[in-house]
Amino acid sequence: MARIALQGLRHSYLAHPQSEQDWALKRLDLEWEDGGAYALLGPSGCGKTTLLNIISGLVRPTEGQVLFDGIDLTDVATDRRHIAQVFQFPVVYDTMSVYDNLAFPLRNRRVPETEVRETVQQIARMLDLEDMLRMRAAGLTADGKQKISLGRGLVRADVNAIMFDEPLTVIDPHLKWQLRSKLKELHQRIARTMIYVTHDQTEALTFADKVVVMHEGMVVQIGTPIELFEKPHHTFVGHFIGSPGMNVLPCTVEGDKAILDGQHVTVQNPPTAALDGKRIELGIRPEFVSFAADGLPVAVVKVSDAGRYRIVETRHGTSRVNLLVDPDVAVPGYGAKLRFDPAYTRLYADGWLVE
Amino acid sequence: MDTKTINQKGWLYVLPVVVLVAFNAIIPLMAVVNYSVQETFGNNVFFFEGVKWFEQVLHSERFHASLLRQLAFTGIILAIEVPLGVAIALAMPRRGPWVSVCLVLMALPLLIPWNVVGAMWNIFALPDIGMLGRMLNGLGLHYNYTQQPLAAWATLIAMDVWHWTSLVVLLAYAGLSSIPDAYYQAAKIDGASSWAVFRYIQLPKMKRVLTIAVLLRFMDSFNIYTEPFVLTGGGPGNSTTLLSIDLVKIALGQFDLGPAAAMSIIYFLIILALSWIFYTVMTRGEGPS
Amino acid sequence: MRRLLPTLYILFLMLPVYWLVTMSFKPTTEILGSFTLWPQAFTFENYVKIFTDPTWYNGYINSLIYVAINTVISVVVALPAAYAFSRYRFLGDKHLFFWLLTNRMAPAAVFALPFFELYSAIGLFDTHIAVALAHCLFNIPLAVWILEGFMSSVPKQLDETAYLDGYSFWRFFLRIFVPTIAAGIGVAAFFCFMFSWVELLLAKTLTSVAAKPIAATMTRTASSSGYELGLLAAAGTLTFIPGAVVIYFVRNYIAKGFALGRV
Repeated sequence: MARIALQGLRHSYLAHPQSEQDWALKRLDLEWEDGGAYALLGPSGCGKTTLLNIISGLVRPTEGQVLFDGIDLTDVATDRRHIAQVFQFPVVYDTMSVYDNLAFPLRNRRVPETEVRETVQQIARMLDLEDMLRMRAAGLTADGKQKISLGRGLVRADVNAIMFDEPLTVIDPHLKWQLRSKLKELHQRIARTMIYVTHDQTEALTFADKVVVMHEGMVVQIGTPIELFEKPHHTFVGHFIGSPGMNVLPCTVEGDKAILDGQHVTVQNPPTAALDGKRIELGIRPEFVSFAADGLPVAVVKVSDAGRYRIVETRHGTSRVNLLVDPDVAVPGYGAKLRFDPAYTRLYADGWLVE
Repeated sequence: MDTKTINQKGWLYVLPVVVLVAFNAIIPLMAVVNYSVQETFGNNVFFFEGVKWFEQVLHSERFHASLLRQLAFTGIILAIEVPLGVAIALAMPRRGPWVSVCLVLMALPLLIPWNVVGAMWNIFALPDIGMLGRMLNGLGLHYNYTQQPLAAWATLIAMDVWHWTSLVVLLAYAGLSSIPDAYYQAAKIDGASSWAVFRYIQLPKMKRVLTIAVLLRFMDSFNIYTEPFVLTGGGPGNSTTLLSIDLVKIALGQFDLGPAAAMSIIYFLIILALSWIFYTVMTRGEGPS
Repeated sequence: MRRLLPTLYILFLMLPVYWLVTMSFKPTTEILGSFTLWPQAFTFENYVKIFTDPTWYNGYINSLIYVAINTVISVVVALPAAYAFSRYRFLGDKHLFFWLLTNRMAPAAVFALPFFELYSAIGLFDTHIAVALAHCLFNIPLAVWILEGFMSSVPKQLDETAYLDGYSFWRFFLRIFVPTIAAGIGVAAFFCFMFSWVELLLAKTLTSVAAKPIAATMTRTASSSGYELGLLAAAGTLTFIPGAVVIYFVRNYIAKGFALGRV
């Protein structure tokens, strides 16, 4: 068991990084609680796999330290960090049976055979692989092989944390949710830290207790799925999470009031300091926008039916504003006006939440 | 994954290939079969002799000797070139600036005309004026490949290893390159030793390439003609007279059409049989891929 | 330490090459007279002889001609055939494919005399086209095998989409399919070139004067008692060049590991 801390971490794949863009991971400090279920969420290229590999020791960070329970393990090799990693596509030893695959990490560490047998049986049962122990690993389907990969991590009693690098990528869609539930169930049973890297918000939000959202090498927000949804710290988080994502409208500020298209808009976070020279935007989720008698004038562009609600796409000038309405609410043909719920309307300066 | 459509038009597409290859294969082979069962005393007059030539060849000491030499040669070079090639491929870096340079240099021997290979080693190993010959004799060894059968064999084998090991290296390296990094990373995490990595990851993934490499080297070494011919001419005496050299001597040298033809057929059958055995043994246990 | 093996191996490979090249710059007197690691009396006379004497330089030209002809023929006829093997099932297709491969394993020696008679009989003895055609026996099966491997990894959806878009077969093949497997064509052409360039027995058997390859010209000198060793060395050194040029062009593919398609 361990709490993992990352201090002053910064990483570049180039030998001599010059500008900000040369850094794959910008400076960050992060702590992972022992036994937590974390998701590392972000689009491709945001640095999440780099971060994962730094934690597991497959990559040595250019700057900074990796601490397990306060001990600096930055220079320690992977196999001595007591972590396990499941990769994007299944890694199994084709020539061995499922049993031998699971036993492999234990045998390498000279664990006595009786203990090996017990542990392997136990883990196989947990992963529903018991009937296949004698089969050749190469003959299993993709999800079976991923379970083997996972199993090899679980058999080691000394494992502090399990890393998952987009493990469901090659799994058939109808099996994805099965495997996901299995992972969640496992986490509840064995209570070890699990860090799950993905670019799929559904995977992240259903698996994790806490989500770390990354964008262009930076950690943008850490929070529970609810927090990320209701109070995005960055417009990127607003965009990325939720479907459709948060509406972002350029606006201006006068004193402590937000001005949108000449009209004053009440926001949840009026600015307390000057915001000169920054790009000011208004962020509000479609869930908190509604038609009203008075408000922002918009032109209705499209209405899509999503079953339990409808998504209405409107346009104001060059900005697009989406809102969700109940199926029985009438959508005005013209002269539509929108009202923003002040409790969820927020100001962002240069993308970041104004606080 | 077989989604081929049944289409007899396919024959039209393969027709040019069939024509060209059949022209070169079937007509000559027919002539060979023809000769193999006939006797001639010149003037284009032929008499049918049945299996006489086959019996003669199969019972001839000369043929047995050549066949034995050939089997020994092929066996030795396979035993050297395959492990050596694999070892070199394993020792090479997986990426980096040196890889291209190394591979290009290694590929050079493969593109030299075979007679130049033979001529080069012929001169290189000359006991009096060749670099290798001088060095070996300078070290105290009494080395002369033009007169000593053992020295001739050693030089022949060294030449073939020099010539063809690179093929094994290139193929093995290609196989190794196709292993994704994640496998090595997972092995690290599992605490696997380098031997375990070789045995459980690298070797299985290289199996297909190695099969190709072994088959190619087997076939080509069994058919080898030019390099040994230019190097030693089959000598001293006939100590390095391998099958092809013997056959050409009989066919083009002595113009013994009958025996040459019979030997050709036996030769071809031997190699077909052995190749099939090799292929089956090496792909045993592999299901449909 | 690990790099020791490849390094030693490359040194081993370069040694005879070095010896041959230095010998080509030595006069015969030096070669026969003394043992020197570097030419004492550095001379170009051997190369001059080769570049000015038609019997020599024609040898290179002849070889290059028939190699080029063979490569073109082999690849061009192999393309549609490989396509058929890759996309269609037809009567006897597996057997045909196997039969093609057996030709690759045929001993050239077996064909020496029959080819001599066959090509003489059709009046093609001592022509470039004869050698080019004869080499087809081995190169076409190889080209078909390589191309089929590359073609099989191109999904059939490509073909179907093209047909739906209204392409006729040949237009699809030439404009869409061939560019897709360009790497495969490169690999096939490389191997055809390689095999035809290095092969001697058949090339020598089927030619005498007009289409005599450089290999045959050289063997004439090799058996002489050593007077022309320098000349031989120079001739040999020059044969490295086409090979080196070809390797240079495919060097990126070698680094990526041939990508035989089947590997």
